Amino acid sequence: MADAMTTASSAAPARTFIVPGDPLRPPDTHVDVRTQELQINMGPQHPSTHGVLRVAIWVDGEIVTRADPDIGYLHRCAEKIGESVTNIQYVPYTDRYDYLAAMNNNLGYCLAVERIAEVEVPERAQYIRTIAVELNRIASHLMAVGTYGLDVGAFTPFFYAFREREEILRILEWICGARLTYNFIRIGGVMRDAPEGWIPDIQKFLDLFESRLDEFNDLLTHNHIFVQRTANVGVITLEDALGYGITGPMLRGSGLRYDLRREAPYLLYDRFEFDVPIGTGIKGQVGDCWDRYWVRILEMRESVRIVRQAITQMPAGEIMAKNVRHLAFKSKPGEGYLGTENPRGELGYYLISEGQPNSYRSRIRAPSFCNLSILGKLLPGTMLADAVAIIGSTDIVLGEVDR
Amino acid sequence: MDALISLFRDSWHWAAGTSFGVALVLAVLFVVGFISVWAMFGVWLERKASADFQSRLGPMEVGPHGLLQSLADGLKLAFKEDLVPKDADRFLFVFAPAVAFCGAFAAFVAIPFSPAFNVIDVDLGVFFVVAITAIGVIGVLMAGWSSNNKWSLYGAMREAAQLVSYEIPSALALMIPVLVTGSLGLRSIVEFQCMPSDGDLKAASLVYLSPNGWLAFYSPWTLVAFVVYYVASLAECKRAPFDLPEAESELVAGFHTEYSGLRFSFFFLEEYGMMFVVSAVATAVFLGGWQPLPWLSVNFATLGIVGHLLAAGVFLAKTIFLVWVQIWLRWTLPRLRVDQVMVMGYKYLIPITLVALTMMACYAAYGIRYVPGIG
Repeated sequence: MADAMTTASSAAPARTFIVPGDPLRPPDTHVDVRTQELQINMGPQHPSTHGVLRVAIWVDGEIVTRADPDIGYLHRCAEKIGESVTNIQYVPYTDRYDYLAAMNNNLGYCLAVERIAEVEVPERAQYIRTIAVELNRIASHLMAVGTYGLDVGAFTPFFYAFREREEILRILEWICGARLTYNFIRIGGVMRDAPEGWIPDIQKFLDLFESRLDEFNDLLTHNHIFVQRTANVGVITLEDALGYGITGPMLRGSGLRYDLRREAPYLLYDRFEFDVPIGTGIKGQVGDCWDRYWVRILEMRESVRIVRQAITQMPAGEIMAKNVRHLAFKSKPGEGYLGTENPRGELGYYLISEGQPNSYRSRIRAPSFCNLSILGKLLPGTMLADAVAIIGSTDIVLGEVDR
Repeated sequence: MDALISLFRDSWHWAAGTSFGVALVLAVLFVVGFISVWAMFGVWLERKASADFQSRLGPMEVGPHGLLQSLADGLKLAFKEDLVPKDADRFLFVFAPAVAFCGAFAAFVAIPFSPAFNVIDVDLGVFFVVAITAIGVIGVLMAGWSSNNKWSLYGAMREAAQLVSYEIPSALALMIPVLVTGSLGLRSIVEFQCMPSDGDLKAASLVYLSPNGWLAFYSPWTLVAFVVYYVASLAECKRAPFDLPEAESELVAGFHTEYSGLRFSFFFLEEYGMMFVVSAVATAVFLGGWQPLPWLSVNFATLGIVGHLLAAGVFLAKTIFLVWVQIWLRWTLPRLRVDQVMVMGYKYLIPITLVALTMMACYAAYGIRYVPGIG
């Protein structure tokens, strides 16, 4: 065919518009058709960057060739504030980092301070902390899976997730008066004892929630289109996950059974029976978007189990340690790092204390920040719609990324 | 009653006969009025249905159960500032909503609402509707290009690709009923479905059985055609799971990102107008038009104006049901990816329709309706 064209065009100069070997090329190849990659700016105001993340994306048609996450739009000098206010005053600030899991942030910071100051927390307070933290984990995961549905274009599951989350927010509001930034877990214990009727109410919610979770799975998890959109998309190999310092459901989605509640138990997690779900590639490959999503769904069930056990084991007693008042004036010198399992991964506080009521250095290892770092590697080569699905599956909270 | 109809018809003929301008004005008034009222109702229906699916209440404040909410929203849109982006192509930007709207708008004239009522009975009804609704894509392309916004451009390109791809299966699917009835006119396709066994529509009793019945159930291949047409029409209306041109989570708002106020409302009217048009065509072609039940016809023409209103009511009820199914799908399903949409169109819908068309041709040639050998 190509040869025939060549001979035809060389034999008949009148038909020079036929380009040898390529009959489909436009007639005049001398026209200056310049093609260039299109750079599009996803964010900081974009519906599916989950806050003020900006991703500069270079695209070739619908295919992403390069992606460059740009952060810092929500930077509030969090770590510096942690050095200028006293440790006790800093607790409400920790609410504002991962605002979807504020209890977990309170807990991580309080545990770190308590460990340096050698404060013994009463057992009842530890149980109340566990219940609050695990409920907050469910609320956070509900937000993650609900908005993930939004990212792939399913509107309705989002409302179902929010209906359940609303119940949890109500329960948490009951005990501490706030719906999002709780400031409930304090250094030395918790702010308030469980009010009357609080525990039965949680039990009622948990019974309802398990069946509602099945409903949610029917609606979204096993939906054929949803599986097509997420399975085999954005695969993170275990090697990459470890190399980029990814933790939490994203790491477990890639197949490593690593959960700080199990590996380095804090609070009373060694007393509870629970599984650490991992991604197994049921719908596609291990470590794809669907696996990460599925790990979050399974973790909600495990959190329900933990809360149930905590409720049955909870003793009566004090909720605040006796010897914490002095922390407003002085602390023990020392330094240390404590990692806790936030819904998004390993939330670490590294504190240096020189005996002052405030920390000399207060460093936060934010899971969203580390999990975000792989986007630049994951996005190139995918389609624009996949890019949205991948960003959604990392479940980042920008308040924590930028701090 | 008959006098009323004939008066209406006579004055219509007089208007159409004496003055093209008067007829034009009347037709435009009817279609614009109908689309506006329909769009208000459609938006309300969509909001209420989605609220129901999502355990919410939806609009409740303006009017009973929020019925007048669309009116309030429309007023708000009308009073908004008229904005054209600084570097936009001003002419195309202003012109695009009108072009997009005119496709859906013009298709209304061919829809047969009752045995006596449609604006004009186009002989080539099916062809006319398919052709005229395709104009909308030009408006969308113009909007996307002229907005000087990369997201808009993306939306427009996706819309063009999607519409061109899905017009093939939807037009092919419409060819199957045309093959069966031997007519391209929407009214005569409906009349084919309502045909009594002796073939005399005028002499039929009030309630009678018609052997042809709804074309969707005429033969297995027409049922296939109905399903394919419905799926393809979802893509043509940019409805979920094919709502890629305005995929909110990916493209912000797609091709109408930069539009606001009255121009935006024109795109809105176009979307709801298209939803109605494709559903109305599906009703007329596959679901028997004004025939209340499959194989069971009512001779509405003998009931005078009441009959015509009833016939139009049956037609509207079926159409609104199909629109409701579109809404139902939209609030249930996630969105497909671009390549999956194309695979769906080219690898599944087109081959399926081609097979159905060929089989229907063979069936028609040998006079078979359901199963070869039985009948």
